[in-house]
Parts: sequence; C-alpha cells; structure tokens
Amino acid sequence: MKHILSVLVENKAGVLARVSGLFSRRGFNIDSLAVGPTENPDISRMTIVVDADETRLEQITKQLHKLVNVLKISDLDPKETVTRELVLIKVNANPNIRAEIIETASIFRANIIDVSKSTLTIEITGTSDKIQALEDLLRPYGIKELVRTGKIALARGKIAEA
Amino acid sequence: MRITGAEALIKSLEMEGVEVLFGYPGGMVLPIYDALYDCKTIRHVLVRHEQCAGHAADGYARATGKVGVCLVTSGPGATNLVTGLANAFMDSVPMVAITGQVATTVLGTDAFQEADVTGITLPITKHNFLVKDVSLLPTIIRQAFQLAGSGRPGPVLIDIPIDVARAEIDFKYPDAMTIPGYKPTYKGHAKQIKEAAKLITQAKKPIIYAGGGIPKSEAWEELRALAEMVQIPVTTTLMGKGAFPDSHELALGMLGMHGTRYANYAIMDSDLILALGVRFDDRATGKVSAFAPHAKIVHVDIDPAEIGKNVAVDLPIVGDVKIVIKDMIAAVHKIEGPYADKSAWHAKINGWKERYPLHYHQEDVIKPQYIIEKISELTRDRDSVITTGVGQNQMWSALFCGVDRPRSFLSSGGLGTMGFGLPAAIGAQLGRPDAVVVDIDGDGCVQMVSQELATIAAEKLPVIVAILNNRYLGNVRQWQELFYNHRYSSVDLDVGTPDFVKLADAYGIKGVRVTEVADVETTLRAAIEAREPIVIDFMVAREENIYPMVAPGSSIDEMLGGIPGAPLSQMLDEEEEVEENEAYPVGSSRE
Repeated sequence: MKHILSVLVENKAGVLARVSGLFSRRGFNIDSLAVGPTENPDISRMTIVVDADETRLEQITKQLHKLVNVLKISDLDPKETVTRELVLIKVNANPNIRAEIIETASIFRANIIDVSKSTLTIEITGTSDKIQALEDLLRPYGIKELVRTGKIALARGKIAEA
Repeated sequence: MRITGAEALIKSLEMEGVEVLFGYPGGMVLPIYDALYDCKTIRHVLVRHEQCAGHAADGYARATGKVGVCLVTSGPGATNLVTGLANAFMDSVPMVAITGQVATTVLGTDAFQEADVTGITLPITKHNFLVKDVSLLPTIIRQAFQLAGSGRPGPVLIDIPIDVARAEIDFKYPDAMTIPGYKPTYKGHAKQIKEAAKLITQAKKPIIYAGGGIPKSEAWEELRALAEMVQIPVTTTLMGKGAFPDSHELALGMLGMHGTRYANYAIMDSDLILALGVRFDDRATGKVSAFAPHAKIVHVDIDPAEIGKNVAVDLPIVGDVKIVIKDMIAAVHKIEGPYADKSAWHAKINGWKERYPLHYHQEDVIKPQYIIEKISELTRDRDSVITTGVGQNQMWSALFCGVDRPRSFLSSGGLGTMGFGLPAAIGAQLGRPDAVVVDIDGDGCVQMVSQELATIAAEKLPVIVAILNNRYLGNVRQWQELFYNHRYSSVDLDVGTPDFVKLADAYGIKGVRVTEVADVETTLRAAIEAREPIVIDFMVAREENIYPMVAPGSSIDEMLGGIPGAPLSQMLDEEEEVEENEAYPVGSSRE
C-alpha cells in the first residue's frame, strides 16, 4: 500500500543524505522523494512516497523520527490530501503530426514549453493518473526524454468551522 | 576574550566535566593537541590505535555512566575509529568522538588525509556534525554531549576542519538547550502502566527479561524492587548482565543462544514477559516466530522504534525504564490482592534449575570455565570490572562469571567486536582507578589489539589481562564442529600465536603462563593483590565448547548440551532426553 509521508526537516546540509541513507540501509523502498524549502527558509518539506504495509510504515516513521534533523512527520490521508507532480515530456513531433500532439496536450491542459524542428516539449502537472494517460497517448509518437519531479502533497485546508 | 576553536573545544570539554580523553594525534588535529598541552584538568591517554580510542572511551562510559570522549585525526585516524563508533552505537553507549578534518578551503578535493567522515559514520552514530563555522563550535559541542548522554544514549561525532580549529571566537559556553527535532519521552503512559500492573498481578507465570536499558538508566534498584515485590524471576541479556544480581534467588542468568536452559524454558513457558530496556536481538530470541508463544509481552523502551521492531508486543510503553518501573511498582501497590499464585511457577523453574545447572568437567587440562569461576569468586565481592573479548571467552564469562553489581561486566553485545576487551579494560580502569579490572579474553581477540599493552604500560594501569589461550578462533571452530562437519577452515592459530609472556615482557609488563589447574587460583590472587599490569596466559583445553547452545534458526528451547551427565553424543540428540525427563515445557511451540 502506498503512503505519502510529508516530512518537515531542518534545511541543513546533509539532511537529504541522512533521510535517503536511512531508507536504503534499512531496506525501505522509496517510490519518490521530492524536497524543497517551505515558507520558513530554515525548514524544508520532503514528500516521500513509500510502498509499505502498516508494520513497516510504523518502523519507517519511527526511524525517521529518530533523526535529529527531522521535525515533523505526517502520514497523509489520500482522501484529505492534494497531490501534484510536474512532468516534462520531450516527444518526437515532425511538422505533419505536430498539430495533433498540440491538440492532445491541450485537452490535458498541458503546456508546450519548447519546440524544435523535430520535437515538442510538453509540461504537465497533475495527478499520477492524468500524467500516465497523457504519457500513454504520447508514447506512439516516440518519447525522447521524460522527467518527473516526484509527487508533492499537502493536507487539504480545513473547512471553516464558523 | 578571543580564543581559537581548538582552545574553545578544550574549554568546552572542561565545562562538560571531561576527565579523560582517549586519543591519537595527527596533522589535522595538531591545533587541538597544542591546546591540550596547556590543559591541566583533562588526562589525555595516548592509545596505540584509533579503534582502541573508541573502545577505551566506550569502556570508560560503560564503567562510569559518564560520556566517553575520544579524539583522532582526519582520514585514516577517523576511519580507524569507525569500529569503535559502530560498537558504541550498537550497544547505545554515550560517547562524543572528535575528528580532525582538512581545511574547509580544500574540503571535497580529496586532499591529503581527507575522508568524508560524517558521510561514513552516518549509519553508526546517533548524530554527527561537520563544523564549518567556528562560532557554532561551542553550541555544537553542547548539543553533542546532550544528544550522546540523553534519551537512548549513543555516539555523537564532531568533525572539525583544521582552519576552524585555528579560527578565533569570543568564547561563551551555552547552557543546556532544546534541540528542535529531539524530544525523548521519559515518562511512560499512565494508562498503559496501569494496564501492565494489572497483568503483573494476574500472571501465573511471569518473567522479567531485562537488558542494557537497566544499567543505562540506573534502574537496577527499581528492577530488583519490582522483581521482589511480585516474586518474578529475572533473565538478563548480555547487555543486562549485572543489572540484576546473579546470586539472587530469582535470577535465571542469561537467555538466548547461549542462555541457561532454565532461562530459555522459562521464557518459552511464560504467560507474561516484562521486557525492560531490551531490543529483542536475535541472539536473545532465537527464531522470532516461535518466541514465547503463550506470553503477553509488555515492552518498555525509551526508543519507540524498538517497540514492535522484531516481535509483536501486546502492551508497549515508551519511556525511561527507571521512571516506568517506579510508576509500575506504584500502580501494582494500588491493586488489591491477593495476586495470582506463582508457587507452581517457582517450583517448575526450580526444578529446571536443579536438573540443568550450568556445569563443566574439570580434567587435567585447565578448563576455561574453571578460570572464569575463579575470577568471579575473587572479584564479585569487591569493586571490580570484568571486560571480555568476543567469542567463547565472552559466552563462558557471561555464563560462569557471577556478577552482582551493575557496571561491572562490559562486553561487546550488538556488534560482537573482537578486540573490545583489552581497550575497554583500559577505559574502565581509568574511569574506576580503584576497581580490580580483569579482561577475560581470547588469544584471537588479544592479537587484534595487543598494541594496547603499550598503553597499559605507559599509563601504569593495574589491568589483569587473562587470556584463555586455546590457539583457536574457538567460537568459529565450535560452529564448524557442530554445523560444518568438523571442517576447521582457517581457525587454527597454533602456529604464529606469540608467546604472550614474552610479548608482555617486550612491553615492560609482567607476564605469567599457567598450565596447571592448581596454579590458576594462586596466580589470580597474586595478580589481584599486586595492583600492577599483568598478562596471564592460561593454556586451556583446546576444543572445549560452550553449552547450552541454540543452533541458529532454532527456537530458544531447542538447546544442545547443558544436561549434566549426558555424554556429548547425546547432547546433539537431547530432544528425546528432555522429553523422557518430562522437563520439556508444557505447551511449547514445538510439535
């Protein structure tokens, strides 16, 4: 079962190595890991997607907690969470099929961010399903390169209680 | 007043009350050694190998309860220290290790004697720091000591580049501080403790399984009070040895792979296990899936990650074991009696104790167990510390050396580090100058660190190095005998083992060889009285084995040997023997 861990860490050199090293040496598999600073420049947020059962997840969380640079860990409930991933896809696009690809991209509300004689580079943000669908549609044209950021996530804001 | 980073380091160590520093100089720590030259309060002990700086600091910490401190240079100095750190990490020993580092200006260029020490030691330290800004140095040292000694203790490393050691600051040592991501839980959950108390009063066959957490949190008196209050038998792990008096009528000795038969049977037959400051190491549990099939398990540990890591627990309590036991005792007092009757349980255990006592056969050639029993007899009633190597010498010591006081049996548990005994004895003797310190060691272990005889000589430490010399890597040989069809691959040390008496002599230390049973006790007595360094080379039976033993992968009640009167041929086939005796625990997991 996939879990999304949102981990606040001190924004210091070597913290990523501590976290990723912990996963590798204890044999925990990371599906994706995205990290960047938060609204507080001293704190970074890591979004870590792991595939683990409850026992294993508990051990992962507890071990993460032991790292002195880790401040807070939340296991995000998928129903109460917004997630996004940014993907760039460079796809073969000679002039006679270019319009077709642009049309497909626009249906997905993806952006064309670079054009060359033989390729288009498409930017898409969204859920994994949406990204996967576009990737599947583009594959027949020939995907030359692809890069994903890994998932980032935040718990949904609370609906005002007032 | 402006002082250098190196001077600030020494001042900080003084502020932390550091008395002894185990170290070895080198290029990148020269400013620190220069600052040490003027230091009057800290005794620097020059070890002969950096690994032993770590083990000596470790032995000091285990023997005193204080934070052990060591100092080595960059690159090879630091990489040599790695084993010392890993050992301390596995056994949760409070330690601050200081390493020199190349200047920040060349950091990352593969400069001379550069190694990424914070990177290398990431998995074997509780935390580590690379100090890039001298103004942060006092804060980092403060944090390092706080981290090392609190919560679940462990080694913390501070890597100091040489230019940082040379740079100047206005020195002010900070007060204790909060570290944002570090908040150990000391007090256990009241409801859980109440629940545990209820289980304690209801259990008919309870057992306490006590580990290294007891000495770490100085909870030996509480442990004893709890055991006596409800008359619960106590088995200890290797790390817990000394946490409960071996001479106590409730003591069951060690459990696990080389546990006593009665401890292992009791665990497997129990209906309640109070696991106090233990981590369910596989050497203690044997086959985890078969461990204590009928018992509810209450697990108390300060490290939440240990709870549920290896075995499923019925009642977890996160907290300092001393505080939790105190609260548990109070909670038990609140429950009105009568409590469940345990007389049948005690009778059963006493039956096992009578039937399967620890034993060996002393013949013409000296048996290692005999030497250990004598050492035990001569030291247990006085301020003493036993350290051990790793292997047969260690397990025999754990079984045959009775220890009644905490912090008096130091052994490398988690990492099983050969060579630990000798440098640990150095650290223990420096921490407890008046104690009789005996290193019970193997000829293989001693050869890994024999250069430290120089440290013993130089510091005039009255350490007794008792070598159980069988000219084998004995434990490996035992495994090869039992599980590899007597194929003794690369374990025979007979040719090449030095004459330890001459070796001692070469270091200016007294050396004695003992070959006769009759000389064992007199030699030990004289050594204890003499208060000077001595190496005793005991020539022991070559192929003696440690029994009982649980084969790897077996449940801990499936033991080989340890049945008085049974010949060795039957030891390997003891299953029927036990069932004939009807001593096999009822309802065990085995078919």
